[in-house]
Amino acid sequence: MKFLLDLHNKIRPDFEKGGKMERLYPLFEAQDTFLFTPAETTHGAPHVRDAIDIKRTMITVVLALLPVVLFGIWNVGHQYNVVNQTGAAGLVADLLRGAMIVMPIILVSYIFGGLWEVAFAIVRKHPINEGFLVSGLLFPLTLPPTVPLWQVAVGISFGIVVGKEVFGGTGFNVLNPALTARAFLFFAYPVQLSGDTVWTKVASDSSGLIEGFTGATPLAIAALVPAGQNVLQALHNADYAGFDWMRMFIGTIGGSIGETSALACLIGAAILIAMGVGSWRIMLGSVFGLIAMSLLLNLLPADKYKGFTQLPFYYHMVMGSFAFGTVFMATDPVSAAATERGKWIYGFLIGVMIVLIRVTNPAYPEGVMLAILFMNVMAPLIDHLVVQSHIRKRKAYLGKFRHA
Amino acid sequence: MAKTKDILLDPLSDNNPITIQILGICSALAVTVKMETSAVMCIALTVVVMLSNFTMSLLRNITPGRIRMIVEMAVIASLVIVADQFLRAYLFDVSRQLSVFVGLIITNCIVMGRAEAFAMQNPPVPALLDGLGNGMGYSAVLLTVASIREVLGSGTWFGYHVMPAGYQGNGLALLAPGAFIIIGLLIWAQRTIIKKFEAD
Repeated sequence: MKFLLDLHNKIRPDFEKGGKMERLYPLFEAQDTFLFTPAETTHGAPHVRDAIDIKRTMITVVLALLPVVLFGIWNVGHQYNVVNQTGAAGLVADLLRGAMIVMPIILVSYIFGGLWEVAFAIVRKHPINEGFLVSGLLFPLTLPPTVPLWQVAVGISFGIVVGKEVFGGTGFNVLNPALTARAFLFFAYPVQLSGDTVWTKVASDSSGLIEGFTGATPLAIAALVPAGQNVLQALHNADYAGFDWMRMFIGTIGGSIGETSALACLIGAAILIAMGVGSWRIMLGSVFGLIAMSLLLNLLPADKYKGFTQLPFYYHMVMGSFAFGTVFMATDPVSAAATERGKWIYGFLIGVMIVLIRVTNPAYPEGVMLAILFMNVMAPLIDHLVVQSHIRKRKAYLGKFRHA
Repeated sequence: MAKTKDILLDPLSDNNPITIQILGICSALAVTVKMETSAVMCIALTVVVMLSNFTMSLLRNITPGRIRMIVEMAVIASLVIVADQFLRAYLFDVSRQLSVFVGLIITNCIVMGRAEAFAMQNPPVPALLDGLGNGMGYSAVLLTVASIREVLGSGTWFGYHVMPAGYQGNGLALLAPGAFIIIGLLIWAQRTIIKKFEAD
């Protein structure tokens, strides 16, 4: 470390004002603060005595994402090996196969997103923001493993530029950049981002497919169950191994890279909450919202409405990307509501919207992305109402004393 | 004459009706999926705004101030109906694709705005030129947006294939939100270049 520090201090003057490479200062600064504690401190009051800054916050999120990433890599490889009956089995074979499919996607996302990030940092002369480390990793995790790499590059570019930089960069964005990128791909190239055939990589000669494999996700199957039929039965009979609760909870099913496992997301949630980085109010709020809305739909007469309405809430929780979206996307501190009561409302409405879009909207089998983006837009309004109601209450409270 | 030049060229960039004044956004979103429809729309709007400016300028001294809006509406509506009927007679397919949007030129703020802001105070010939300038400013933006949308979305330009075979169309470019984003980026680029920023 001493050697690195000496090296850094030696080249520092080149990047500072008047130096040869002054324009590239953001690059140097990123490297410098990544490795060492910056000497810079806050000048004006108020002071919060805490070692945490955006860099540490974002690294914590990346750490919390690691279980999801590792499970995602393993699962993509596992699904590939099982569905194509390659004969390869075991942890190492699955991980290797998964890494071959997933790593290029993550790399492309980081490289192209990073280029935009650096370009804007240099033109606008601000430090490179570490929020990108999270967005650049969250985005590939929301994509199906079959996504073409050029679409990853186009998607992350759109997410970083239109989702974040046009608003002024990290901290000013209205929408979650990773979800903006995914929404862009979803509407621009629906063929590669939806349907039954994209969620599991199938070998180019698809002759050795396992019996019973259709590629449909649990949500797609549940959405097709007609009125009067048992939706759980339909799920259990589907796919090569049947979708039961435990399998969907652990996540050994086809799907977007990072979202199949509710278990891995729960580990991530535990890390985020323990470190005080993710808001437990938002997570719990959306769980309550999901429970409330699914219980409400369960009340509909089963013989008149499609089977999906009868799906119990604990199935809704493990299906689709509910866990991933709630833990990692909804809790983005920039685009979420900022007041404490606002976070409850924001989370609750996300949960409600997710079930509503899933069950009642025939165009979208999954509602997590749209629900979170919609509530991102609503978050400032929620905060405004919370603050206004607080002011009103305080006024009434003070008024009581004045007139007593 | 420098003034004529200003009247004609100002609306192209520094005072563009769409990217600076943010008028006429509705049709800019709706008709720009294809070059063909947008070109027809541009011509229709330019003709209407020119003639309405010219007519209103002729009537400006005999129109009582209190009912001038109604007079403007009557003139513009008549011109739009003529344009709409003309398109139906000679360009039926395009007219069907443009559907209500030719008729909606009546509500296009550019036409009304120019009549109100320029034609009511100026003689007929400058008013006619002002209409032409604003029509061209509108057309410049519309055709740019339509070029981007048609090339990205369908891989064609005026119906001719311009992208390599196997190019996959960007579905978002064909949707209205895509046009919104493209216009937003155009406004960003243009204001960065001419250094015009809104005061807070």
